[in-house]
Amino acid sequence: MGKKLNIEMLSIKNLHVSIEGKDILKGINLDVKPGEVHAIMGPNGAGKSTLASVLAGRDLFNVTEGEVNFQGKDLLDMEPEDRAKEGIFLGFQYPIEIPGVSTVNFMKTAVNEHRKYKGLDPLSASDFLKLMREKKSLVEIDSKLTNRSVNEGFSGGEKKKNEIFQMAMLEPKLAVLDETDSGLDIDALRVVANGVNKLKTRDNATIVITHYQRLLDYIVPDVVHVLYDGRIVKTAGKELALELEEKGYDWIKEENGK
Amino acid sequence: MADINTINKDFADLFNQGNELLLEGSSDVMNETRKNAFQDFSKLGVPTRANENYKYTNLIPAFDHPYNVNLRYQQVDVDLNEIFQCDVPELDTNMVLLTNGWYYGNNKELTELPKGVIICGVQEAAEKYPEIFNAHYGKYAKTDEDGVVALNTALAKDGFFIYVPKGVVIEKPIQVVNLLRSDRDLMATQRNLIVVEENAQAKIIVCDHTLTHHKYLTNSVTEVNVARNAIFDLYTLQNQHLNSVILNSTFIRQESNSNVLSNTISLYGGTIRNNHHVILDEEHCENNTFGMYLMDRDQHVDNFTSIDHAKPNCLSNEHFKGVMDDQASGAFAGRIFVRRDAQQTQAFQSNNNLLLSNDAVINTKPQLVIDADDVKCSHGATVGQMDEDALFYLRARGIDEKEARQMLMFAFAHEIIEKIRVEPLKERIDELVDKRLRGEISKCNTCAIACNH
Ligand SMILES: Nc1ncnc2c1ncn2[C@@H]1O[C@H](COP(=O)(O)OP(=O)(O)O)[C@@H](O)[C@H]1O
Ligand SMILES: [Mg+2]
Repeated sequence: MGKKLNIEMLSIKNLHVSIEGKDILKGINLDVKPGEVHAIMGPNGAGKSTLASVLAGRDLFNVTEGEVNFQGKDLLDMEPEDRAKEGIFLGFQYPIEIPGVSTVNFMKTAVNEHRKYKGLDPLSASDFLKLMREKKSLVEIDSKLTNRSVNEGFSGGEKKKNEIFQMAMLEPKLAVLDETDSGLDIDALRVVANGVNKLKTRDNATIVITHYQRLLDYIVPDVVHVLYDGRIVKTAGKELALELEEKGYDWIKEENGK
Repeated sequence: MADINTINKDFADLFNQGNELLLEGSSDVMNETRKNAFQDFSKLGVPTRANENYKYTNLIPAFDHPYNVNLRYQQVDVDLNEIFQCDVPELDTNMVLLTNGWYYGNNKELTELPKGVIICGVQEAAEKYPEIFNAHYGKYAKTDEDGVVALNTALAKDGFFIYVPKGVVIEKPIQVVNLLRSDRDLMATQRNLIVVEENAQAKIIVCDHTLTHHKYLTNSVTEVNVARNAIFDLYTLQNQHLNSVILNSTFIRQESNSNVLSNTISLYGGTIRNNHHVILDEEHCENNTFGMYLMDRDQHVDNFTSIDHAKPNCLSNEHFKGVMDDQASGAFAGRIFVRRDAQQTQAFQSNNNLLLSNDAVINTKPQLVIDADDVKCSHGATVGQMDEDALFYLRARGIDEKEARQMLMFAFAHEIIEKIRVEPLKERIDELVDKRLRGEISKCNTCAIACNH
């Protein structure tokens, strides 16, 4: 009787991750439903980027325990490219410059790989350019940038915009945006946040990683988590972000025994 | 295996016993140069690895083989114009063919050359245009420093000659196709001369095309003089088969305000050694020396380069890049000399290598000898694997690993291809390199720009 379907899109259970023998994530539990926006906050070195990278499939990290389920599939079992095609998008904290690979060619290849995965024909050149144009205006990114090699010579802010542009092109189910706000001035922040909001639907979800409250004025989260020393130590509504903004992270550290 | 003394003695015998044939048909200047070169060769011999300049390339196995040598032009029993056509779209060139180092006797007449431009064989040039020929022949290639160059000069009979008179701009590139076609293993000696006069402009594309699968050793020397204000491009596309040895020495002299760009692209060959020497002999020259090599299996490539800033106010840019896979081996040596009075010199050099396997080897050695004080020089060499962060970035967008690697390798190589100033050639090389990196050109029997035959 009108019962809302409560199927998780992403379900992380007891995730332990280490690098070079050092434990970074120490039992993460996190559930994300379609339509939700989660914010993950926490001090530097807490493991936020590690979590994002592990979700995207970076093999630098070792998963020592736990499981991650994405839309009913074992995420950890998939190659990074398959995760992307299943709908995971990582907005990198530090987007990579790739000289010699044109943004156009990069995006065309990526979009068509996604289409192939869905059993669709590749886009024609003109349809592709149309799509590019449409998405560029969404994030107010200049053709001067998209005509260049991927991220080459971009400013910090331009790189972040480019991440959102790519997200717009690929229309992921779950976007994990790692500090997409850092290095942005207030105008760029608004543009980026607007882009994210415009891409929001009832069917997709977003995890926003940040350590400032600022971005959350624009992208309003349903849930805020605090990640500290490899664990989620607090979960609450959006008011938690304000509290963190006011009090900093010291009280979290104290509560968790430094 | 024969030792180096036997190899050198065989060449001495060839020179002495074949002397009549060697002198026949060559001009006095060629033969005088030949005599001196042979004396140099007698002292130097074929370089061994004991020679510092050949430390990374062992020529003994290359020379230790019973090659056939043609000291006289061999009539070709088919019409090469018929069996060889270049199919590069949009690439419209003035094309001439050489066969086994000799200027082909039935080359089609080039009807679109501007007035005064001469393209012919070296023997013919020596005879018909002695005033031009004698002013340049043997003036730039130093026979007393490198046994390979001395050997070439001692055995030189023919090759191509290109003359671009004062003020003449040749729009269409000149394409020289070296056809190797023999029913026996063959050593070909090819001697070329290019003279570009004041304010002239020309672009030359040299490519190889092996028509049969015999073992070839090509020893070619090209001398180039680029006069004041002239602009000259030289593209060399090396694409033979795994059983071939390419020894390719180029000597370029530049006069004031001249601008030279060379790009040597080694796609395929068993053993490749490029000697590339530039002298900036007057002020305000610009030189761009680029190269790229894509080697796999047991292939070997050695680019040995020197840029000599003999006069002030010149600029040189040198950039070589290589992708090495399997057990391929290679070397790069980049010497830059800045002479005592060559103030305000700007000289930049870099060599970047991508190693795709644990067994691939590259030795890279920049060497700057700077005797002036007001100069701006830089050099850098890198040897590395594929950038894992970049690879992950591409994969995280849904591009599979194989394709992502391909994109990165191609991007790496493209930086050199980009420097080609002939648009259709650039596009074709892009395409070819893409294929080559995908492993789609494995057994190469097509010329570097994929001509039909
Ligand atoms: N590639 C790596 N090699 C070694 N240690 C790493 C690497 N990446 C992250 N770490 C370590 O993992 C911890 C968490 O880092 P990170 O996930 O980047 O934190 P955050 O994003 O929350 O600032 C830090 O102690 C950091 O030094
Ligand atoms: Mg981080």
